[in-house]
Formats: sequence, structure tokens, C-alpha cells
Amino acid sequence: MKNNSQLSILNSQLITKRYGDVQVLKDVSFEVERGEIFGLIGPDGAGKTTLFRILTSLILADSGQATVDGLDVVKDFRELRKRIGYMPGRFSLYQDLSVEENLNFFATVFNTTVEENYYLIRDIYKQIEPFKRRRAGKLSGGMKQKLALSCALIHKPTVLFLDEPTTGVDPVSRKEFWDMLKKLKMEGITIIVSTPYMDEAQLCDRIALIQHGKILSIETPEKIISGFPEKLYQAHSENNYLLLVDLRKSPKVKSAFMSGEYLHVVFNGEADETVPNLKEIAPTIEDCFIYLIEN
Amino acid sequence: MQKNKFSILNSQFSIIEVEDLTKSFGAFTAVDHISFSVGRGEIFGFLGANGAGKTTAMRMLCGLSKPTSGKGFVAGYDIEKQPETVKKNIGYMSQKFSLYEDLKVWENIRLFAGIYGLDGKLISRKTDETLKKIGLMNEKNALVKELPLGWKQKLAFSVAVFHEPKVVFLDEPTGGVDPITRRQFWEMIYEAAEKGITIFVTTHYMDEAEYCNRISIMVDGRIEALDTPRKLKEQFQANNMDEVFRKLARKARRVENGELRIENDGLGIENGELRVENDGFKL
Repeated sequence: MKNNSQLSILNSQLITKRYGDVQVLKDVSFEVERGEIFGLIGPDGAGKTTLFRILTSLILADSGQATVDGLDVVKDFRELRKRIGYMPGRFSLYQDLSVEENLNFFATVFNTTVEENYYLIRDIYKQIEPFKRRRAGKLSGGMKQKLALSCALIHKPTVLFLDEPTTGVDPVSRKEFWDMLKKLKMEGITIIVSTPYMDEAQLCDRIALIQHGKILSIETPEKIISGFPEKLYQAHSENNYLLLVDLRKSPKVKSAFMSGEYLHVVFNGEADETVPNLKEIAPTIEDCFIYLIEN
Repeated sequence: MQKNKFSILNSQFSIIEVEDLTKSFGAFTAVDHISFSVGRGEIFGFLGANGAGKTTAMRMLCGLSKPTSGKGFVAGYDIEKQPETVKKNIGYMSQKFSLYEDLKVWENIRLFAGIYGLDGKLISRKTDETLKKIGLMNEKNALVKELPLGWKQKLAFSVAVFHEPKVVFLDEPTGGVDPITRRQFWEMIYEAAEKGITIFVTTHYMDEAEYCNRISIMVDGRIEALDTPRKLKEQFQANNMDEVFRKLARKARRVENGELRIENDGLGIENGELRVENDGFKL
């Protein structure tokens, strides 16, 4: 883990955080390479947001160390904050300022102008520009998200932290958002993004799965899929719910759950050919994560 | 090919019937002559981009907003003439508001079940049953705001079907919920459907759309496609519902909040927007 530190732009060593009795993060160590899109995936309450806040210098870890772009998140926090962009999960721009005023405000705070780095945000900002005089609080979800991303980018950060940026956003806007992230990557910006959605996890260069404050695995999406250790089958019948109930009662079945219009089934040993419409399939990222979390 | 139990709809069993349902706000037609029916116990996915008119349509079906023209029946009641009876026969849950954060878990159940007129003893007995089933018995006395999002959503769904409505409307019920909780949530939906409760659900997640028996996709106020997920994928030669959705939504001229999608070429509408408001409700 230590050897290619000139490549890594973020280095977290044994970060631990506790709130009262709750261990939110436990010995979290990982590195992010310069210019990659790094996904942080995990259930609600896994510690993703706490980790983001520590790495962006907003709260202190109980123990452990982290550097971002060579800067210590505790000692060098002033310099660090100039170099990173952070888009929190909850909309946190000024609701009573207009779209334009919010953007100008953030540019001014970071000692720059909207014009200077406009090329970075042009593609997203032009979509909300027709509403630039509207107050941010009156924007719809998709537009708020675009404004928040514009504000997080206006000082041209080297590392961008995005905490569940697409929750509640429709598929077309989500697609546009991810296309945008790919363009930012081309500009050399490193992106660390959390999401509960597996189709988005697939778009990351590498993914860390986090649960109960611990990182369970860090891999490329391809390796996660190829590492699935069982044979996975799909099945379906006219009534998938009753089929699911039956499968779960069967001693031959190791696990069974719904996945869209099919059930996904893993057997203990040989597949039970009497299960209707049985077919072996390649696992998805979601199957792999559920397997990792449950085993 | 899997035979779908709803491929031939028998109107005798349909629980939602909609014909040419339309809602206009001034010159703006939010919902434009939509027609469909949903069978008893069916899981019906109601999809569309932000601003396509889903929420307006759903509000009419719930008896909260009167149609400009067209007809709609929910659980056998006319949504225009008997909105109060419609409300008694449905359940509703949305991502944005469903439970009172400052009330305890059991108090939320007590409140909603009471509003629907359930008897106090029945409520107490069923409360424990429900909480045991969703694994929240230890949280019975916790404030709802202390629960993780996924737990809240499972509780909200249980509350929405607690009075055993004929139809339950779910407006983006799983936004932001992790995959494991989402699967559990969909199992709850299937279980309710198995009991005969009809599920009418909107979602932005296309992998989730594939859980539905049938799906309609709205574009600019109209239903542009309606079929089983499998048939839609065939029809649009798509590998998944995400592709189907994007092929259809690309045609949309409207965007969020009822604004028009305008390529900033000064079409003569001030600030490039058309904004319509009615009964304090934004499109």
C-alpha cells in the first residue's frame, strides 16, 4: 500500500471515530490514485459521510492520519480547503441567494472569479443559467445538484468529494451528471464519490465497500465481479413471491432474493433443476456486494 | 416466455381505471389525456422524468386534485365526485414526507391508524405484529428521527398499508436507500401485493422498475409506453429499463418544475421559463 505514494493523492491511515458508544469508523486505511474516480459504497449508517467530513477537515478523527494532495487534514487544513471541493449529501448552498449569487459568492471566497474557471463548469452551468436569478431554495432537485457541483468546482479543486450526489435525481439527469464526472476526470481532477446505487458503482475506476465503519474490500468493478465465489442462477415463475418463499424453505438453497423480474439463487452444492426457468448468470456488482456483506 | 398474470386485464378486477385524464394549469397541460387500468394485486410502476406530470397524475388519483377533464376510478370510486371515499381506501407514502420525526415509532402507527378509523385495541395488537415483522420491536419507543433512512422507509410502508387499503401509492419510496434495504423493501411490496393490495409506485431507479408487473412511462404529460418490463425492452430493443427510459425521455421538451427545455436562444419566454402554480402546488 505504501509503495506508490507519489501516485496516490489521498492517503488514509487507521482513521477511527467514535460517537459515544457507536464506533463509526474503525481503522480505515486506503489510498486514492491521482486522477481516478473512487467510489465509496455502503449501506446507510456505514460511516461514509463521517469519513468524508474527516477527509475534508470538517471534523477530527479520534486517531489515525490522513493526507489529501500531500496536505495533512488536521495540521494543514487551511491550505487543504483551498484545494478540495466538497458537495455534501444535504443541499447546503444559500437558499436565499440566487443561482448566480451563490456561484459568485463561492468564487469570491476562494479568491477567484467565475470567469477564470468557467470552462470547468460550463457544461453543467449552462443548463441552469436560464434560471440564474432564481433563488437557490426554489430550484428543483436536479437543478440544485447542478448548482452545488458548479459551486464545488469554481475554485478548480484537485480533489472533489461528492457525498451521494445523485439521490432523488431522475435517470437522465444522473446520466448527465456521470458524463460530467468523466469530463472532470479528463481535466485531471480526482473524484471521491459515495453512492448507494450499484449501477453508479460500476462507473467508478475502483470501489471501496464500507460497512459498520470498516472497509471490506477495495477493487475495480471487473475484479469484484470476477471474484464472486459461487455459481449464481436466475429463476422466475408466474408468482415470484411464492417462489421466493418456497426457495427459502428448501435445504438445497443457500440464498435466494429478488432482483427485478427474476430471483437470484445460490445453491448448496448442485443446482436444483426442478426450480422453474433456471439459468446460470453472471453476477452483478450488487450481487457481489450483498454476498460480501452477508458473508 | 413467462406468462404475466396481468397480460389480459379484466376490468372486473381492475382497481384503478383512468380514461383521458387531463389536468391543465392555465395554458399548461400537466397531464394530457392519459388512459390506463391497473389490476387488483398488481405492482404498477409509474415512471417519468422530473416534470413529466407523475406527481400531478398521482395527486388526482389520490383525490387531492380535481381533473380538468377525463375520468378516473380508484377502488371503484370516482376521483372527481367521491374524493373523500377514495382517500379512505388508499394508503400513501412518499420519500419526502411520511412519518412525524418527533413522534415515537409506535405513536406514528397509532396516529395514522387512528386517522383511518381503526379501533384502539386492534391498533395495539397489530403494532407489535408489524414491528416484529420488520425487525423494529426494539425501536418501538424510539423517535422516528433517530432511525436510519432505510428503517424509516420500511416503517413508513408498514404504516401506509396498516389499514389494509385497496391501493397503496408510493412516491419514490426508496430514494437514497442502500441495496440490501431496497431488496427487503421490495419483498414487503410483493408480500402486500400477494395479499391483494394494489401497488402504484414511482421511482427514479430503473433497476427497480424491473420489479414491477407493468410499467408506464410518462413524457411531457402523456403516457408514451405501457407494458411489462420484458415487452418494453423488446419493443425498444434495449438491454435494460434504463435504456428504454432514456430513449423515451430524450423526446421530452419539458424539464423539472414544469419548465420548458429551451436551448437558451431567447424564445421569448422570460428567463427561459414557464412557471405555473396552482393551489400552492408547484408542477
